[in-house]
Amino acid sequence: MCEVAIVGVGCVGFRPITLELSYKELMFEAAVKAYEDAGGIDPRKDVDVFVTCAEDYLEGFSIFDEFVPDQLGAALRHLFTVSGDGMLGLATAYMLIKTGHFDTVVVEAHSKASDILTYMDIVNFGLDPIFNRPLGGHPYYIAGLEMNRYLHDTCTTEEQCAQVVVKNKKNAIANPYAAYGADVTLDQVLCSKTLFHPLKKLEISTPADGCIVMVLASEKVAEKLTDKPVWVKGVGWCTETPSLETRDWTRAIYTRLAAEMAYKTAGIANPWRDIDFAEIHDMFAYKELQHMEALKLCDYGEAGKLTEEGLTALEGEFPVNASGGLLGMGFGLEASGLQKVLEVVLQLRGEAGSRQIEDVEAGLAHTWRGIPTATGAVAVLSNVK
Amino acid sequence: MSAKIKHFPGEPIETREFREGKVLTESFKPKAKYAWSAGIAVSRFLEELKNGRIIASTCSKCKRIMVPPRIYCEKCFKPTDGWTYVKDTGVINTFSVSFLAADATRLKEPIVVAIIDLDGASENMGIVHRIEEYGDWKEIKIGMRVKAVWKPPEERVGAITDIKYFKPVKE
Ligand SMILES: [Zn+2]
Repeated sequence: MCEVAIVGVGCVGFRPITLELSYKELMFEAAVKAYEDAGGIDPRKDVDVFVTCAEDYLEGFSIFDEFVPDQLGAALRHLFTVSGDGMLGLATAYMLIKTGHFDTVVVEAHSKASDILTYMDIVNFGLDPIFNRPLGGHPYYIAGLEMNRYLHDTCTTEEQCAQVVVKNKKNAIANPYAAYGADVTLDQVLCSKTLFHPLKKLEISTPADGCIVMVLASEKVAEKLTDKPVWVKGVGWCTETPSLETRDWTRAIYTRLAAEMAYKTAGIANPWRDIDFAEIHDMFAYKELQHMEALKLCDYGEAGKLTEEGLTALEGEFPVNASGGLLGMGFGLEASGLQKVLEVVLQLRGEAGSRQIEDVEAGLAHTWRGIPTATGAVAVLSNVK
Repeated sequence: MSAKIKHFPGEPIETREFREGKVLTESFKPKAKYAWSAGIAVSRFLEELKNGRIIASTCSKCKRIMVPPRIYCEKCFKPTDGWTYVKDTGVINTFSVSFLAADATRLKEPIVVAIIDLDGASENMGIVHRIEEYGDWKEIKIGMRVKAVWKPPEERVGAITDIKYFKPVKE
């Protein structure tokens, strides 16, 4: 079967608010950039399939699929929408190309979080209506539940979680796509208000607006379009039980199984050794640590220590979230997965500017679909075929 | 339901029991509120409605005059490069006479909705609006000429309803 590469990326944002543009105009801008980046392809004839990713409730439209073709150059072309994170769109594109029937597939995901006036109520509507919703409270208490048990079981400290925020927000300062870069101290994080004990205000990522479009191509087309293809070596995804009553509250098993699926295809035996850096879903600071362990980058309960020792810093042995992560870039809703993939692509091409990591060959992108889900996806990418 | 099953297990429930609250129910009203940014093209369109004008965007490549306006030509996939006004008159492309309201109740007077190809816009470009002052609805025809009836300027807010409706006009 042919290899699959990412041959073009386009990103607009991420910014706290984008009043002047509609979501359609945001998508158009990202699409223009991506097609230009992919050697100037014409979407009206050079793209076989378009895959967009969106959740109706986050858009405020029923059947949002209907609103997306024009701004991507996909009118009267072959398009469908995946109701999920952008990385599931990437996995879909990868599989389409692997069938041998399609050579060029475009993936899109965006966030127009600033258009949503009642974001928390929308999240709350994702809770079980019989067992959970009647209890009331802000749905982010679910993150508090998980963090509490995770710290309890692993002896990870609150300081170690706070260190993730310090690191990621600092990395974000060097990322022009990041909305919330800042120089914060450990004390500032620890002293920020406790919102969902033990989770503190600065440990929670803030939503941001943005759009990412990517062009994927089969080996034979990829090598014609670009001299910097980034190869998709493996993808994986997994969903745990949706029920809060019965899920695992400490190990992020959905991520472990998604990773194992991706590693198997990519031939990764020892992720810490075989991969050079990772972009990991850090919607809440403790999630970066928990996910690192689930991704087999270290032992269970060890991620906090590694972070404290600086091994995951930009200049560390294994940089995690060089982009600034979601804590620094802003939480891009269904675009989160593509935010992760974008940074891995830029790093592997050597285009990450002042946050460039030296001598990188393989990178890992990981996403989670956020509260209240237990759904994750992983992609392993490399600049070597 | 299968005709072969004569008796279903369990207790039958009647509508009355739902009404009287004897059946456990959970009720939620989703608080789903949005404030969509209209964006560059649609904002301009709405501003011009306030002025009593309909504006289109133009593509220099395919030469189309597009309304409602957009900042990209979806046919050529390039940014649009101009603005132009089109007329508030046009031709009924198709129409439907709706005898039901949104809640499916019977209407005394039907609502006529039409796709109107506007004069000055490219083919298949125009506006969706209501037709009124038509007399007998059976007289409405595809291809019939219509003209916008605007709200008075002081009542316009920059919304599609700044045009009250379109009415048939003599050729
Ligand atoms: Zn055109």
